[in-house]
Amino acid sequence: MAKNSTRNRLSQEVNAGSMADIAFLLLIFFLVTTTIDIDKGITVKLPPWSEEPPDPKKLKTRNVFSVLVNANNELLVRGEPMDPVVLREKTKEFILNPKKMENLSESPTKAIISLKNDRGTKYETYLEVYNELKAAYNEIWEEKSQAKFGKPYEALTTPEKRDVRTGIPMIISEAEPTDFGEES
Amino acid sequence: MSKFSKKRGATAPAVSTASLPDIIFMLLFFFMVVTVMKDSTLKVDVIVPNATELQKLEKKSLVSYLYLGKPKDKYREIYGTSTRLQLNDKFASPDDIPLFLEQEKLSVPEQLHPFMTASMRVDKNVTMGVVADVKVALRKANQLKVNYSARPRGD
Repeated sequence: MAKNSTRNRLSQEVNAGSMADIAFLLLIFFLVTTTIDIDKGITVKLPPWSEEPPDPKKLKTRNVFSVLVNANNELLVRGEPMDPVVLREKTKEFILNPKKMENLSESPTKAIISLKNDRGTKYETYLEVYNELKAAYNEIWEEKSQAKFGKPYEALTTPEKRDVRTGIPMIISEAEPTDFGEES
Repeated sequence: MSKFSKKRGATAPAVSTASLPDIIFMLLFFFMVVTVMKDSTLKVDVIVPNATELQKLEKKSLVSYLYLGKPKDKYREIYGTSTRLQLNDKFASPDDIPLFLEQEKLSVPEQLHPFMTASMRVDKNVTMGVVADVKVALRKANQLKVNYSARPRGD
């Protein structure tokens, strides 16, 4: 009978003192393995692949904003060298054409941005240029959304966003890269 | 006055540590939930460029990663120093991309296939030739939603 009572007493007292240590151990393991970096990037939609070369559509020269990046990471915009720093402003000016200039786009819906790079262009430069072009559109959308809805673009509902975007569609066409300066 | 003197006279009670395991467990569960295990070890050096117009990648399970960069030091003897593509844990060529994408699709329900994204983690010093080859392979495999991974510009 005495045995029985000791067994009872033992089962009643589970030592929970080491619980904290075990939890700490697990905690440290998860602390070490955790990576809290959120994956971010520039999202693009590629055109579907087709075997035939695209038919050279007749586009008015004034509606095309051609951006060329060569193997030395230099920019040629509409035939003239340009610093990437001013690319954003120039792109916005081209799309909106506030002064109704003869050589800039007829209307935002007709504006086409043509981007072409070399196989030797550095990825960093390419992404910088792409980023600036996208930023130009984002700024235009932001301005339009403020004017039309009085809200920042991010706060708009999906139909409102679509409304803003159909007025000023983002058309960035990428040509096959040239092959002049690729390192072997 | 008597109030204060009484308090000061009493011995300070020991701080109870009984709730310590609970607090630790709470932290533990927090980290368990936010943890993302690294799914593949990088064999190429990738430092992504900086950009400003960033978008978050929504669902991790819908993203397939393509790494482009120069092989790490220990692989240089075998694989050289020119830019290589890494898919999962292996070095690969752009020809392997369709098969890789099909394998990624197997783990995703069919109705979610249009939302799958290819995340390109490309080193900033890579030349566009290799990137263009990968892009053509992606287009041929009809994987048109692409995300160029980049870091926010800290200025």
